[in-house]
Amino acid sequence: MRENLHRFFRAARGAGVRVSPAESIDAMRAVAQVGFADRDILRDTFLLTLAKTQDEKRSLGECFDLFFSQPEPQQENAEQSKTDDNSESGANPSADEHGDAAGGAASENVGPLAQMLLSQDRAAISTAIANASGAASLPDIRYFTQRGIFQTRILDAMGIQRLRDDIDEQTTRNPALAERLQEALNGLRGTVRDTVSQALLLYGREETENLRNEILRNAPLARIEPRQVEQMRTLIRQIARRLRERYSKPRKRQRRGHLDVRRTLRRNAAWGGVPFLTAWKRKHRDRPKIVALCDVSGSVARVSDFFLLLIHSLHEVVDDVRSFAFSGHLIEVSDILESKSPEEAMKEIMSKVGFGSSDYGNSFADFEHNWMSAITPQTTVIVLGDARSNNLDPRADILRRIGERSKRLVWLNPEGRMVWGFGDSEMPRYATFCTVVRQCATARQLERAVSDIVATYQ
Amino acid sequence: MADTRPTASIEAVESGLAAQGYIASRQIATAVYLSQQIEKPILVEGPAGVGKTELAKAIAAWRGLKMIRLQCYEGLDEAKALYEWKYAKQLLYTQILKDKLGEVLGGAQTLAAALDQLHTFGDVFFSKEFVEPRPLLQALEQPAGCVLLIDEIDKSDAEFESLLLEILSDFQVTIPELGTVSAVAPPTVILTSNSERDLGDALKRRCLHLHIGFPEQKLEERIVESRVPGISQTLRKQMVGFIHEIRSLDLKKLPSVSEAIDWARVLVLLQASELDTEIVKDTLNVLLKYEADIEAATPQISSFIAKASRQGVFS
Repeated sequence: MRENLHRFFRAARGAGVRVSPAESIDAMRAVAQVGFADRDILRDTFLLTLAKTQDEKRSLGECFDLFFSQPEPQQENAEQSKTDDNSESGANPSADEHGDAAGGAASENVGPLAQMLLSQDRAAISTAIANASGAASLPDIRYFTQRGIFQTRILDAMGIQRLRDDIDEQTTRNPALAERLQEALNGLRGTVRDTVSQALLLYGREETENLRNEILRNAPLARIEPRQVEQMRTLIRQIARRLRERYSKPRKRQRRGHLDVRRTLRRNAAWGGVPFLTAWKRKHRDRPKIVALCDVSGSVARVSDFFLLLIHSLHEVVDDVRSFAFSGHLIEVSDILESKSPEEAMKEIMSKVGFGSSDYGNSFADFEHNWMSAITPQTTVIVLGDARSNNLDPRADILRRIGERSKRLVWLNPEGRMVWGFGDSEMPRYATFCTVVRQCATARQLERAVSDIVATYQ
Repeated sequence: MADTRPTASIEAVESGLAAQGYIASRQIATAVYLSQQIEKPILVEGPAGVGKTELAKAIAAWRGLKMIRLQCYEGLDEAKALYEWKYAKQLLYTQILKDKLGEVLGGAQTLAAALDQLHTFGDVFFSKEFVEPRPLLQALEQPAGCVLLIDEIDKSDAEFESLLLEILSDFQVTIPELGTVSAVAPPTVILTSNSERDLGDALKRRCLHLHIGFPEQKLEERIVESRVPGISQTLRKQMVGFIHEIRSLDLKKLPSVSEAIDWARVLVLLQASELDTEIVKDTLNVLLKYEADIEAATPQISSFIAKASRQGVFS
């Protein structure tokens, strides 16, 4: 049973529940107390000891149901060893004897697998599959691409080679038997395929997701396919959660060692100024204030979409975000993003300012005219755009003034550095007034850029 | 026989808590049973007002133990949670010592002799007598054990969590001047959290994690029945059904069990025999705590009442 528990812990890790050795020990101790008799209580026990968040509880519950819906191999192993004994020491000789006695019956010279299939002993077959899965270390399966190889391994371990030989041999001698065997083999393949799929579901879910996310993270945001947009949104939400966890630590930090003389004296007035209670100076850290200017024209639009989604899901970390969108002219979009779902918000923004040819000069002039006061010395200004201004006046002087007013001015450009400055790109001219300029085309770069911006306030 | 024992004990926990007026789901009972058996604290999470704090009180009352409560807030530190020195008494002690210095040193002639005398003299300046025990230390010193409730741990600072780790895993605390104080009898520790911030993994690892959500309809009816005995059966069914309908709305603060109990009390006080639109409208402020929520729920009242009454007929 201990072996089974370990396999379950492994499956739980596959389902994305972090199970540390200490937790598995706790779970074992708890299981020793409640026993295996009542499955519901067992389930509750695992949920209490292993899962530590609501999400984990849900996935662990699913994992539990999946895991215990399949027959328990441990028990069967015991049976298996018995049947093994039977088939080796008992069944085979008896079959041989039987064959001898019958004087060359049809099933005379077939291998153990063929015999098993012919006898249609379901229990024995599933036992054999479970055993072969163990031999092929099926619990190590991680990726869906490994399905084929594990199926082959399991079938090999079950002795499919011998079965094929048998079929070849019997086609000439006894076609009817060969046909039956062939059919049984097809059935067996199906069963093994299902077993492997289930194992993949149990042990490989997280890895598969990780692989997919890894690919997605490095894909250029501007060129992802429509069907991936939803996945990308989920990924962006994960990134936001990670950033929140990392940066939403309390903002007050005790600075032991610096006595706050005024507060100490005041607090100890009752003891005639004898300092019984000491007060220490605290250092306050600012939360980031962000003003984001996003180009929503053409190919930059999608990157802006994801960027705005990320910035606006950082409520706990970021104090104050004001977002502006522009192509030909500039409008504030903070309210739209706060009140609507991401899809609707983006649609509305696009209908208001999108699809024009971009005019950076005019948009900066709009910003300076209406919202320059939004920038304080604590503000980080982020401009997201390709700086392609269709040969119109870039108005870099406004960008300089924005840079002077703010704490930092960060420019994120979805284009590669190689093409900055070519064609109508004004990037080199703008870059001189920016604190940081970085390329930002993939989710990974986006995460790093935002993470750096938030980190400067820590 | 060994298989039936834990099930029976879990049921015993359930009925024991029920005797104190706390109707526990089987998962809660299992958690309480396990925490007793493998001596682990329980971390209870869930929305406000589902009876997290009540659970600790019920356990204490059921086992006849003292309950020690530590309410967490931002800025809580070890001086308020663990122990503090009695500064004033220590100061007095040094004054007395100064007066008696002549006797203590016993007329030693040289400085070296005086120092020798001082070393042989027992130092009580940092001793148990001058320690003022705060809730955590008190909990360890209870000879019969106790229920230690660390309430709303998510409100405290992250540093405070680290302070708790020692007491949670080994039931002991370390006072630098005195050494390690171990529990006389391991207390039953309950931590509650409203998930205002994510707790550290180190803390979570040391606890059984119990999530109490809104109860199912049947369970909630039993809870109301045990807390507000005067309420008639039809009204109880109706009001619980109504609350369940309200919870399906997208509100700022969903009504939880404590609101349900309050509302039941109000309805009994107003001598309502069944729900109607008027009485619900008048008492909705007991259930919902935000003006916007009340506005959102008001148009739905009559349809919810109809639904709730229909459910009552079938069940």
